[in-house]
Amino acid sequence: MARGDNLHRDEIPPGTLYLLILKTLARSGEMHGYEIANSIQRISVDVLQVEEGSLYPALQRMLIKGWVTAKWGTTAGNRRARYYQLTAVGRRQLVVETSQFERVIGAITRVIEAV
Amino acid sequence: MNWLREVARRLRMLMHRRQFDTDLEEEMQLHLELRQQERLESGMTADSARAAARRGFGNVTSLKEKSHTAWGWEWFEQLVQDMRYGLRMLRKSPGFTAVAVLTLALGIGANTSLFSVVNGVLLNPLPYPHPDEVVTMAGWFPGYGESSISYPDFLDWVRLNHTFSSLAAYRRDTFNLTGQGDAEQVAAMDVSASFFPLLSVNPVLGRNFSSAEDQLGGPPAVILSGGFWKTKFGSSPDIIGKALNLDGTDYTVVGVIPENFYFCCSSTGFRLSDVYVPIGASKDLPVRDRRMISTWAVGRMKQGMALAQARADMDDVARSLGVAYPDTDKDTGIVITPLQQVMVRDIRPFLLVLLAAVGFVLLIACVNVANLLLARSTGRNREFAIRAALGASQGRVMRQLLTESVLLAMAGGALGLLLASWGTRAALAALPSALPRANDVRLDPRVLLFTLVISLAAGVLFGLAPALKTSHPDLHETLKEGGRGSSGARYRAQNIFVIVEMALAVVLLIGAGLTIRTLVGLWSVSPGFDPHNVLSFRVGFPPSIGNADASTTRASLRQFTEKISSVPGVSAVSLTTGAKPLDRESGLIFWREGQPKPPNEVSMPYALWYRVGPDYLKVMKIPLLRGRFLTAQDDANSPGVCVIDEDFAQKFFGNEDPIGKRLNFTLVYNQPLQIVGVVGHVKQYGLDETANSPIQAQFYMSPLQLPDDQLKTWAVSVAGYVIRTQGSPGAFASAVRDALREFNSKAVLYAPETMDHIIGRSLASRRFAMILLAVFAALALLLASIGIYGVISYIAGQRAHEIGIRMALGAQRSHVLKIVLGQGARLALLGLVIGLAAAAGLTRLMITILYGVSPTDPLTFSAVAIVLTLVALVACYIPARRAVRVDPLVALRYD
Repeated sequence: MARGDNLHRDEIPPGTLYLLILKTLARSGEMHGYEIANSIQRISVDVLQVEEGSLYPALQRMLIKGWVTAKWGTTAGNRRARYYQLTAVGRRQLVVETSQFERVIGAITRVIEAV
Repeated sequence: MNWLREVARRLRMLMHRRQFDTDLEEEMQLHLELRQQERLESGMTADSARAAARRGFGNVTSLKEKSHTAWGWEWFEQLVQDMRYGLRMLRKSPGFTAVAVLTLALGIGANTSLFSVVNGVLLNPLPYPHPDEVVTMAGWFPGYGESSISYPDFLDWVRLNHTFSSLAAYRRDTFNLTGQGDAEQVAAMDVSASFFPLLSVNPVLGRNFSSAEDQLGGPPAVILSGGFWKTKFGSSPDIIGKALNLDGTDYTVVGVIPENFYFCCSSTGFRLSDVYVPIGASKDLPVRDRRMISTWAVGRMKQGMALAQARADMDDVARSLGVAYPDTDKDTGIVITPLQQVMVRDIRPFLLVLLAAVGFVLLIACVNVANLLLARSTGRNREFAIRAALGASQGRVMRQLLTESVLLAMAGGALGLLLASWGTRAALAALPSALPRANDVRLDPRVLLFTLVISLAAGVLFGLAPALKTSHPDLHETLKEGGRGSSGARYRAQNIFVIVEMALAVVLLIGAGLTIRTLVGLWSVSPGFDPHNVLSFRVGFPPSIGNADASTTRASLRQFTEKISSVPGVSAVSLTTGAKPLDRESGLIFWREGQPKPPNEVSMPYALWYRVGPDYLKVMKIPLLRGRFLTAQDDANSPGVCVIDEDFAQKFFGNEDPIGKRLNFTLVYNQPLQIVGVVGHVKQYGLDETANSPIQAQFYMSPLQLPDDQLKTWAVSVAGYVIRTQGSPGAFASAVRDALREFNSKAVLYAPETMDHIIGRSLASRRFAMILLAVFAALALLLASIGIYGVISYIAGQRAHEIGIRMALGAQRSHVLKIVLGQGARLALLGLVIGLAAAAGLTRLMITILYGVSPTDPLTFSAVAIVLTLVALVACYIPARRAVRVDPLVALRYD
């Protein structure tokens, strides 16, 4: 039995998390994890909700791929935080992921409409 | 390039993984706190705000682990963990560790050592650029086979071929060096100007020969070997341009080649040359005459040329030479062989057999260590059962065990490498002439890789049995019973170990036994003469003797013989200027008088040509079978005579009586020589000479009967002596040297060697193989008996409880002894039978290195069977006796 809290939030389709993070960083430049999580929620008007923590393994994988870099900085509240930034490779990846996403969505839409 | 950066990033993470974990922790902490803050501000209580933040975040520990493993290092971290644990376990039982590591070190060390030899001799390319382009080129003569060639033929090869970028001729020679202290003989090589450039040897000083120097009438030039330059001239750099007086002619030193330059092929043997002179400038008859074959050749094929193309090309060359010079070249061929193959042709089968043998030693070592591990893992059953009960997967436990065994193997490998580097050097130093290319034997990266690979393989091999066994533990039984079992099936692995060890040891011992029998057999083969108390040496006569008129030369040769005879203790002396058993080859073509002369020289038969003094038979103790031998009266003034050996008589006269018949040797003599006697056959090519050896027929004649114009070529310039001495012949060299010098200060004695030593040298490769095989077999025997002892001790120890009960119930000691002993003996016998069967199959592969003994020699097989049975019985008896000595009360109480 799932918790009531999660019920009215749709889980994001797998793989799109990268796209969301890339898109967020592309729009806003430097961000730390909490900001990224908030930003994704805001954009998706709280409908698409990540299990917030899963952001971090995803960020690690993106660090490995070289899509983002991270460096330590200070928040407005004067706390130490790790800031992530898009790299040139990441920017290119964003294009790839976007077109892929659109292709998949397009296909699904066509399937739905065909029914 | 991106993947490279990715690897770099992953590696950076591995280096700083502690930092990584704390960073991640801090980051997540911040996230949680900020979220909590937000909830607080929206009016939640502190507790529910924290709970909500956590709920929204997910499982922190699992997310941390996911972030960590995303970098792909968990296998490494587990390995480090396993290794740490393994090292701790090994440290905890130092006795076990020491025995296992030492056993493996012996096995791996022996393998590394032998592989470094195989690697240096067989696998490594020759130290020349593009070594695969370099080939040796020999002539092929019908009725004789592969042979040296004539220099004029060589020049035609150079002119006519289309597939070689360069050809070079070489030929062994000697010179008398005067004007540098005492007169001395130097070993020389006559070479083409292209010789060193072809092999890419650059002079360390000066230059190579010019083509002008490599022609008749060219300015006399000489190149020194690095070693000669060092010992003779103290590596002085201003040697270039100086004159060296060789055989009375001044040669200008134009260059020095590196000291490590080493070229050995077919007829040149292992002796290094002191000096090199251009062959093209030589006026010697054997160089200028197409009928004299004393030159060898090497060639470098054009780039990308296949061996088959070169062979086809040279076949054409041989055919056109046959047409142009039918008398000397009709139906002859040209044999092309890769240089590397020629250099290792004789040693290859020995090394391969040794490599197999040493592999067996390692297998035995592995079985021993596997047995130790198995005994230990049985003791550790509880540990593994508990780990499994706590949720460790079987794969994880197996990996742990394999890590331990690989650790052991690595330690063994490291120690083995030390043993090998020391042992190889010792073996090569002890047997210097046994191996060609001995200089190329070293521990290079390939050898290190080999050691690493066999260590890993050994670790997995001997670790697998115990690991597999512990991976199917009966948890319930083990935990309940306390690890003590009584069922016989438990020892199946150990039983197999005993059988395998026994079988391997049998095969090795039989292999060693057969080579020992071969060598012992060869030692007792008669070479056809008596080598004991015979000293052989060569003499460099002063140039004045060769340049004098013929009768003076003959007189001088007689006087030298007399001078040597006058040395006290010398009982017989003979000049030898032609073929010499196991040392020098010289052949001559002939045909029988009264039979039609063969159409050309190529189709005439060859005979080995011994030019010796009248006392030769006395020195060598060769039996005279019929007629008489040469006498002092057979000189220039009497009719030419010769003596043939029994093989000659058999092959060319059959049942006829050869005495009184005459032979034509038109290459040298205008008149035929009359056969006056028949002597016993001598094994010219060594004790292992077979009927396949090139020339079997032999004949003897007196050098004094050589025609005047041939005297210098066939007697003076290649003179040597054999003397029979009373007492140790080695001690006579200096007395004879003094006598010669007293007689003529420019005469030089060199290369003295006892006949026994020459024969010993001819068996060096076999001795090398025999000694190593014997060492390996001894090692195998030792390891196998330790192994069998270990297994039986272990089983007896495990059965102490049962034995205690039996004894308490009144069983006789002797009866129990018989049970334990019988158990071991049965296994050993089974191993013995399997080993004998395997050996019968495998020893057939050794046939090339055996001589005079069948690969299934019953004596060797039965001797090995008896020895191993005894060893196995002793190895079983000791632990069995200890088992029955145990006080039943102690055995029963101990639980």
